[in-house]
Amino acid sequence: MTAESAPVPSKPEAPSAPMSPPPTSPSVGQDRVRVDGPLKVTGTAPYAYEQAAENPAYLYAITADIASGEIVEIDDAEARAVPGVIEILTHRNAPRLVKAVTELYIVQSPRVSYRNQYVGAVIAETYEAARHAARLVQVRYREDAHDAAFRVGHPETYKPKILNGFLKPDTQSGDPEGAFARAEVQLDEVYTTPHENHNPLEAHSMIAVWRRGRLGGPYGVLGERPLLTVYDSTQGAAIARGLLAAALGKLPGQVEVISPYVGGAFGSKGFPHAPLMLVSLAAQLVEGRPVKYMLTRAEMFSQVGYRPETHQRVRLGADRQGRLSALLHEVTEETGKLHEYAEQTASATRVMYAGEHRRTSHRLVPLDIGVGTFMRAPGEFPGMFGLEVAMDELAEKCGLDPIELRVLNEPTEDPETGKPFSTRNLVTCLREGARLFGWEARRAPGESARDGGEWLSGLGVASATYPNQSQASVPTWARVRYEGGTYVVSLAAADVGTGAWTVLGQMAADALGVRPEQVRMEIGSSDLPFATVAGGSAGTFTWGGAIAVAAVQFREKYGEQPPEGAEHTGRHLSPRGGGDFSRHAFGAHFAEVAVSRVTGEVRVRRMLGIYAAGRIINPRTAHSQFIGGMTMGISGALFEESVTDPRYGHVVNHSLADYHIAAHADIPDLQVRWLDEFDPTYGPQGAKGIGEIGVVGVPAAISNAIYNACGVRLRSLPMTPDKVLLGLEALEGAQS
Amino acid sequence: MKPFAYERPGRLPEARALGQAGAYLAGGTNLIDHLKLGIREEERLVDLGRLVEDRPELGRVSELPGGGLRIGALVKNSELAAHPLIRGRYPAVAEALLAGASGQIRNMASTAGNLLQRTRCVYFQDPTTPCNKREPGSGCSALEGFGRYNALLGTSGECVAVHPSDLCVPLAALEAEVVFEGGPQGEGRLPFRDFHRLPGDTPHLDTNLPPGALITALELAPLPLAAHSTYRKVRDRSSYAFALVSVAAALEVEEGRVKDVRLAFGGVAHKPWRAGRAEAALRGQPATREHFRAAVEAELEAARPGRDNAYKLPMLRNTVVATLEELLEGRTPERRAAGGAV
Repeated sequence: MTAESAPVPSKPEAPSAPMSPPPTSPSVGQDRVRVDGPLKVTGTAPYAYEQAAENPAYLYAITADIASGEIVEIDDAEARAVPGVIEILTHRNAPRLVKAVTELYIVQSPRVSYRNQYVGAVIAETYEAARHAARLVQVRYREDAHDAAFRVGHPETYKPKILNGFLKPDTQSGDPEGAFARAEVQLDEVYTTPHENHNPLEAHSMIAVWRRGRLGGPYGVLGERPLLTVYDSTQGAAIARGLLAAALGKLPGQVEVISPYVGGAFGSKGFPHAPLMLVSLAAQLVEGRPVKYMLTRAEMFSQVGYRPETHQRVRLGADRQGRLSALLHEVTEETGKLHEYAEQTASATRVMYAGEHRRTSHRLVPLDIGVGTFMRAPGEFPGMFGLEVAMDELAEKCGLDPIELRVLNEPTEDPETGKPFSTRNLVTCLREGARLFGWEARRAPGESARDGGEWLSGLGVASATYPNQSQASVPTWARVRYEGGTYVVSLAAADVGTGAWTVLGQMAADALGVRPEQVRMEIGSSDLPFATVAGGSAGTFTWGGAIAVAAVQFREKYGEQPPEGAEHTGRHLSPRGGGDFSRHAFGAHFAEVAVSRVTGEVRVRRMLGIYAAGRIINPRTAHSQFIGGMTMGISGALFEESVTDPRYGHVVNHSLADYHIAAHADIPDLQVRWLDEFDPTYGPQGAKGIGEIGVVGVPAAISNAIYNACGVRLRSLPMTPDKVLLGLEALEGAQS
Repeated sequence: MKPFAYERPGRLPEARALGQAGAYLAGGTNLIDHLKLGIREEERLVDLGRLVEDRPELGRVSELPGGGLRIGALVKNSELAAHPLIRGRYPAVAEALLAGASGQIRNMASTAGNLLQRTRCVYFQDPTTPCNKREPGSGCSALEGFGRYNALLGTSGECVAVHPSDLCVPLAALEAEVVFEGGPQGEGRLPFRDFHRLPGDTPHLDTNLPPGALITALELAPLPLAAHSTYRKVRDRSSYAFALVSVAAALEVEEGRVKDVRLAFGGVAHKPWRAGRAEAALRGQPATREHFRAAVEAELEAARPGRDNAYKLPMLRNTVVATLEELLEGRTPERRAAGGAV
């Protein structure tokens, strides 16, 4: 069996029921501990910065103190006099680049496009000397006026050509304005989400070294060439290599990216960003010496992307029974001017609920700020905050339980494309979740106040979804080699802390018909067969598909008793016909919160996440993925916000003391359940993606629970105590 | 970070002499950050760690005649929080310590260092933005900038920063005294109310400690009322966050009337704010919610909120009233047992 001939259901007339799992799968579906666990807990897993490097030099970046303008003069005399300084990189001496990737086209000119943009770097014998010298470099600028203030109604607002995920910026069907105007029940509200920054525990870190050598294969005839090796913390070594080589104007074979262990990423390590190029350029100036660079925590807020701030107007029109006729979700959001990033904020609204008259739109406000990028559940995270709070508000207006409103508007097919859903079990998640969570105990909003006491409690729910983000246009390859009684399975996949090392081994074992102990995985290097990034919740099913193909073809070629050294490389493509379906994972989040009527503080008491996300490869690592998502969802609901000071143009709360993420004490009892589901339109294992759905809708569930607890409706993230308290004060004022 | 000399003297006079051209280093939980951030440069760091060999009292809590306590300057925050005499006689001090920072930081941070920590105003900590506290005359970025944490009381046009310490709030309420070497007569003393400063037009000065002086101890006077004290902190997340507002309170009620009360606020001023007007308004009055509320409002009449911090007015008012009610009704142990706020 190959991926191309994987079983695909014929087009059903109605939404399909969960499909039964495939035949025997002794390893997939089993609880297996992480194979990299011992290395992680003993601190011996070699992350990028910890790789052996002989006689390394250290880099400290020089960044711009203006948001727009030009460098007029760089005086580095004092910096060069610091003992231990080897070289100072600026646009004046930087190796020339090809403008293949805007984000990687750095230190090529005196132009400054955003505050904290790289101006250059000091390379020194020690980290301390590099840092000291970098602060002594005097840069004089000619400053232009800049604009870093996100606002609706900005005169330069424009419509992007395409959104992240290759989606259309606007969709429309029927007469949404007219249907909304005619609707018996109308909801018209604005929801906002802030600029956020990814903060994996391991900041981006790199070691880069240039050496002279011959390329492998036919390119060897070119003679000695500069070859770059980079140890990088990345979600995709192969993609990083390709883009880095293109920007450097080198052949892919001249660049190798190695990244066996990654300490979290959340999207910030998906595509390569400016730091990777900075260290590559710096290393070129000191050819032969490895240059080490780990971002400071403050640099994590300026160099590796962010989730853009959004403003969402949501209009829902329904009849008195709650049947939706009009859904309008209109988004205005920020982008950096230098390089466009258009978050697909309203994309989930396109698939969630039935309703004849619909519109989604995205408009960008271009600002003199850094480059945005995807952050865990881009689009779904902000967009499902708006939509799912709006649904809660509409349910109340219709006098309906919020679960019943959602069930009532469950579509029989994708409401925008008309395609059948490959699998869609949202209603089961809502119903079963309600039963498990004790939803029937939910009281009317504000009822909890009658109990007396400071803490008001409430329950909330929101749906979750995440699309199939198969990067099918870029095929993934996998290689199987038989070596000393072990099957070595190799591909340039990445384990960003998710469990890929483990689950890929399980899938390989089943595909080869052996025990997992007989499989050894090789991942995390660009020299391995090309694989897509660990992103879009697509890694497991995409890489797993390639492994399945390679394994089956290996057996066809060599049988059950392969000779020593037998090797085969196979290629995964999306299952044929998969695109005929609307493919999404679904789920529901339930939250119980307590709200202090004294201080406005919110404490999440417990949560349940229940998912229909295809086949679960490893319950243990999947459980971790889901609770990790819910934790990040709580964090985004209550705490996370990057504050840009428009006068300066940068995020001013750029430390983990000031940019709050959830602490242990904020995370309560998190329960996770999933339905048995098998979706072959994703790949032969029937698995969907699970890395992101756990954050989607969590802020809405918490907002809805806060409303249920105390009657304050919060439409702006994060829901900090000041917002809750001012809401309580306003309620009290209205009552007295 | 600018290179600096590192000294680790064994005797106090030696440390004092070295400290005249350098900075004293105790736990380093704030100073080292500042050196790394590039907002402070020192020629020399004088590590005080070895002084306990010569002067063990620097690392000890001891009883004073009459029931007060003397706390050595180098006593770690975690040791102090766990000390039975502190927990028994001054519970608000123990609670405040545990509400601050993280376990790891409390294991490093010293008592004197806690008093001397500097504001966490984001602009103060960012050398690329103007800040009068860091660079006198450069301007105050916080006045028109990121202002959720800004001060309400005692601000000036030069600075709206808040003092970050939790510990200092009950110390202000309970009338501690700071003992130091390096006054005009050798050993000097500053009552807590005179220790920290308001910004005025010299926001770069946090305290009235003479230059080069070295804090040796903190003294807590005997105060039976303090056994009925508590600390409540309101913050964005459940741990490891600075106060939005906080309250240290001690209350003694006799026949339904306030016999004595101590109140200090954190997160609202450049110094831990002793609420003298509120205390005066309460003494002798009926211990009721209405009177508690009127007393806070009297204190807050002088508040000058900015664009982003007006929420602190109701937050502080509610928190003070709730804390006093809790003391009145003897419910403090329940909240303490639940880990502070919840």
